[in-house]
Amino acid sequence: MQTLVSFKNVIVLSGNFPILTGLDFEAGPGEIVLVQGRNGAGKTSFLRAVAGLLRITRGSASVLGVDLVANPADIRHRVGLLGHETFLYEDLTARENVDFVLKATRSDTAKASSSLSSVGLTGRLMDLRVSKMSAGQRKKVALAALLAREPELWLLDEPHAALDSWTRDFLDSALNSRVAGGATVILVSHESHHGSLVPTRVVEIGGGKVIGDVSGSALRQVDPQVTTQKRSGHVA
Amino acid sequence: MWRDALLIATKDLKIEFRSKVTLNLILPFAFVVLIIFAFALDTSPGTLQKVAPGLFWLAVLFSSIFSVDRAVAIESDDNAGDGLLVYGVDPGGIFLGKVISVFVQLFLLEIFLLLGVVVLYGPKIGGWLLMLASALFATIGLCAAGVTYSQLASGSRAKQTLLPLLLVPVVSPVLLAATKAWQDAFAAASSLEDPWLRLLIVFAVVYLALGAIFYSSILEG
Repeated sequence: MQTLVSFKNVIVLSGNFPILTGLDFEAGPGEIVLVQGRNGAGKTSFLRAVAGLLRITRGSASVLGVDLVANPADIRHRVGLLGHETFLYEDLTARENVDFVLKATRSDTAKASSSLSSVGLTGRLMDLRVSKMSAGQRKKVALAALLAREPELWLLDEPHAALDSWTRDFLDSALNSRVAGGATVILVSHESHHGSLVPTRVVEIGGGKVIGDVSGSALRQVDPQVTTQKRSGHVA
Repeated sequence: MWRDALLIATKDLKIEFRSKVTLNLILPFAFVVLIIFAFALDTSPGTLQKVAPGLFWLAVLFSSIFSVDRAVAIESDDNAGDGLLVYGVDPGGIFLGKVISVFVQLFLLEIFLLLGVVVLYGPKIGGWLLMLASALFATIGLCAAGVTYSQLASGSRAKQTLLPLLLVPVVSPVLLAATKAWQDAFAAASSLEDPWLRLLIVFAVVYLALGAIFYSSILEG
């Protein structure tokens, strides 16, 4: 299997504190990897490291063929990161924010309106300043920007949080279609049920390293109770 | 890099135009500085005309601290700065874009402040061209050093205190040279051959170059 993301014994420090402590991880094209773990386990740091936003202190890491240790900046524009922060500007409208993202990533700005409409932000909502929007609407704007960008690797940190059920279903279906087209999704979530978005693997992170990895038939057996089993230490 | 710079400058100016921070807060603050310093020194016209250039540039310096702080703080809301990195925006472009945006705001502020100086202090201005050229390069120097140091201080919890502490010593030569150049411009005979103007050009080029080179390292932490 072709490897799109490869982390080998990766250590990342925040000051002197290790936030990733010898993490090993691999993912290939078309995978939907669900990353789970307790608060402070290192899930968000892992996503940020994959996005090239954290400096790798030791170990080797490559994403989409780019060496993250040598050239972390080279991968950033090829991944789509949706985290707790939406990276939006409060004083710009939804349309202006998406336009800005598309211009910054050298993507087709004509997609801005259709992408916003697809997540349910239509009419005057497109021209509403982000500062006047609810948390869920802000997330939709960030999501619209991501959908319009069409990144090769999707890094999503609690993507369903704050979204209504319609948008959750839409997101799942949009991600499934991207995965069918060859994109890879790494998803951090505390939720055990993800609608139509079915993970091909579940990885558990604890103490800054991977402590559990379930895929294939084993995953079908344990899902949706996978979290309970892994917490008990039954996951190899 | 220039494409990114233009993108960032346009975005920042749009945000400033909407929030009106410069118009509603920084401009009145600059006028207050002009008036307070005048009262603190001496209200006689002779003294005020003599110190007008220094007071003008002090007001601009204090205002520039707010402007550069604000320009960098825009990227702190909702961690938008990380967004710029993820979008692959060139750090040099981010730096230049912020410099352009703050320059436009400060230069407009200087026009209003100059009107204030003329009304309040009543100086006679002989060399308009020297004044314009020195204002241009002094403002570029202030913006370039300001954006660089503001980004440097942004990671600190005490950034609002740290920024003036870092910035003021660095830009004091600009303040001094701009004041001297304006004193020459206020005199009847002045030309673009003024040595203080040359010094301002050197500072502007050096601060721009250093900022463009080191901004990436500062941004990446």
